[in-house]
Amino acid sequence: MTVLAVTGLQKRFGGVRAVDDVTFSIVAGEILALIGPNGAGKSTCFNLINGQIAPDHGTIHLHGRDITGLAPRQIARLGVGRSFQIAAGFASMTVRQNLQTAFAAHHRQSWRFWHDAMGAHIAEAEALLARVGLVAQADRAAGVLAYGDLKRLDLAIALAGAPGLLLMDEPGAGMALAERGALMRLVQKLAREDGMAVLFTEHDMAAVFAIADRVVVLNRGKILASGDPASVRADPLVQARYLGAGR
Amino acid sequence: MSFFLTQTLTGLASASSLFLVAAGLTVIFGVTRVVNFAHGSLCMLGAFIGWSILTRLPRDPAWFALGVLATAAATALIGAALEIGLLRRIYRAPELFQLLATFGVVLVLADATLWLWGPNDLPLPRPPWLRQFVMIAGSRFPLFDLVLIAIGPLVLGGLLLVFHRTRWGVLVRAATQDRDMVAALGVDQRLLFTSVFALGAGLAGLGGVLALPAGSANLQIDLAVITEAFVIVVVGGLGSIGGAYLAAVLIGVLQAFGVVVLPGATLVLVFVVMAVVLVVRPYGLLGRDRGQSRTDAEAVILQRPAGPWQITAAGIGLALFLAAPLLVGPFGMAIATEMLVAMLFAASLHVMMGPGGMPSFGHAAWFGIGAYGAALLAQNLATPMPLALAGAPILAGLAAFAVGAFIVRLSGVYLAMLTLAFAQIVWAVAVQFVGLTGGDNGVLGVWPADPRGFYYVALALCVGGVLVLRRIMFSPFGFALRAGRDAPARAAASGIDMTAHRLAAFTLSGAAAGLAGAIFTYSKGSAFPTYISVSHSVDALIMVLLGGIGSLAGPIIGAIAYTGLFDLLLASDFWRARLGAVIIALVLFFPAGLAGWAERRR
Repeated sequence: MTVLAVTGLQKRFGGVRAVDDVTFSIVAGEILALIGPNGAGKSTCFNLINGQIAPDHGTIHLHGRDITGLAPRQIARLGVGRSFQIAAGFASMTVRQNLQTAFAAHHRQSWRFWHDAMGAHIAEAEALLARVGLVAQADRAAGVLAYGDLKRLDLAIALAGAPGLLLMDEPGAGMALAERGALMRLVQKLAREDGMAVLFTEHDMAAVFAIADRVVVLNRGKILASGDPASVRADPLVQARYLGAGR
Repeated sequence: MSFFLTQTLTGLASASSLFLVAAGLTVIFGVTRVVNFAHGSLCMLGAFIGWSILTRLPRDPAWFALGVLATAAATALIGAALEIGLLRRIYRAPELFQLLATFGVVLVLADATLWLWGPNDLPLPRPPWLRQFVMIAGSRFPLFDLVLIAIGPLVLGGLLLVFHRTRWGVLVRAATQDRDMVAALGVDQRLLFTSVFALGAGLAGLGGVLALPAGSANLQIDLAVITEAFVIVVVGGLGSIGGAYLAAVLIGVLQAFGVVVLPGATLVLVFVVMAVVLVVRPYGLLGRDRGQSRTDAEAVILQRPAGPWQITAAGIGLALFLAAPLLVGPFGMAIATEMLVAMLFAASLHVMMGPGGMPSFGHAAWFGIGAYGAALLAQNLATPMPLALAGAPILAGLAAFAVGAFIVRLSGVYLAMLTLAFAQIVWAVAVQFVGLTGGDNGVLGVWPADPRGFYYVALALCVGGVLVLRRIMFSPFGFALRAGRDAPARAAASGIDMTAHRLAAFTLSGAAAGLAGAIFTYSKGSAFPTYISVSHSVDALIMVLLGGIGSLAGPIIGAIAYTGLFDLLLASDFWRARLGAVIIALVLFFPAGLAGWAERRR
């Protein structure tokens, strides 16, 4: 079942074609990595899909529905979760309250003025905390978390929306190597268990080849190669342009 | 035809004056990122200093020009002294504290001017050449206005030349883009900042002295000018000199026609123009998004519900207020009521500034709308008190909703400036629409039927209002609001509609402030324009910042402390200067706020 279908996507910034005729799709439970050198158009592609910028041409379909040009909030409402390259939590709340807030938003309860927010969604929050390994941090302020924990909190907030598609912009950025591996394995497990589709960009090739089911290589806005990790790694063009012949 | 020409020329002449002041403000902001509230005061000083110089000089054009330049130089020196003495020390402080410090300067300079030049307006005796007219399209047009029309573009050209053709100007522009990078290049930032501030102050002084022939040196210039300058800078785009000129022309010409076509509605017209521009171009005509301003230190403090200790303290406080009629006399009762009103007022501002993340410099607007709303309902429609008290927050809430719809999207400084501008407009309406509001005399005779009983009504409404606000801040709505403040993109990615939440909080806050205003009106028996003055808005700000923005307890403690302090210490001659000095000292010695200071001492 196709979750996300991107067709003929194009975005120019002045004279630069940051994303040029990009087409790919993701099915449920699949993990797709978007890789490429700096300036290849990964982040632009990513921001086009999550609604932060609108494409010049092309369409984006989610579960067969056209979401091209919708705002980030509307796209989130349709079951697209995202984590941020620079992880962000709600600093003035505890970790548990972060998730309670995210669950309330997911259940369309953000306009309740008279309920006690801290008494709601406790069980759901605890279960999610356990899944991402943040139980010990539950009562700490998000503003004082170590960065690795903040990354996990960021992911957990995204997961609270029960996304059918998870977008992760450089999930490993700024994390220690061991933490990075643990986070990627966690994402893989979630994708397998929940049938969640995952699209992520990443510079760390070890992480990419460890968990991605499929890899799309961008170069100067165009798709250079795509396929399963092994064949992409073996592609002479990819080796020459990106991975480097020495590897 | 001649009507259009002369009105356009009149508009262009006033545009030049507006531009001079706004250009200084925008240049200073561009480099130092300080919104200089005292800019209007520098303009006022320019007018007074100019008056003192020009009345002593021979009255011919050459000496006049020399006197004008000397005045600009003098205000530039005062500006430099201000930068070295105060602003330099607070560049790292949170934005709001900087605004507050410069407002302290406004107060001190206002009293200093009063002390030096006395309370009377000082018109400049106009020699014949200043009174000359020229014939344009068959109608008489003042010669000096033509001079003014020329000065605006001349100064604009000169500034652009300096900023694009001199090393100093290039450095200033570089610093506008990226301060830290310029510092990393080994440029002496202190000299750069001081000189920029002096330039801006000089321009303000120039604007002040050049406005003399058409008016007078008077003590109202400071706040009148700063409001207009804020509007122009915001419409033109913060930091953009060309934008400031464009906006000055737009607003100057519009006012010139507005005075004829819609007399009395010019201020409203200006606000409408501003709203339209900001809806189409949120960062002003020629402004660009400078990214989110850095978040204040207070924002990251974990917000906890009150613990047993705080609840006990609140209980004791409530018991004291309940027993107050038995403990104190009429004067004490008046202070107790003021404290209660201040509590609700400060708590409502806290909702906007704290969880809402929307700094407001014009919170008195909603207070005033509530106060006048209740007073006018009672006076004109003979509305009984309960209905008037219920109607006031609805009116204030509706007004806040209407204004908020335009401005809640904007970031910190823009919001602070626009709330101030709106408050000034409400104030002007209260003063100018004499038929409805009684002007400076206010609306009198709005007393409750039973004064002692009313104290308990006030107590119930103020405490109840604060508790309602508290409950809402701990509801899913309150958490979503705070989520949007803490991490806007993260909240949006979770499906939270931040703009709508902010608008709701803005409305709620305005309504609560309106209720406070209505209660105040009944407790004083009257409504006056002073309720809407800038200093009343600043009162609320001080209460919130004094107590700390991190929790609702802060503004409550701040309100009680400040009201007591004010009534005991400050109600005297030159109270403005004293209050200003207190504010400046507060910012200098507690740059992170009392709460932040306490946090660090732990």
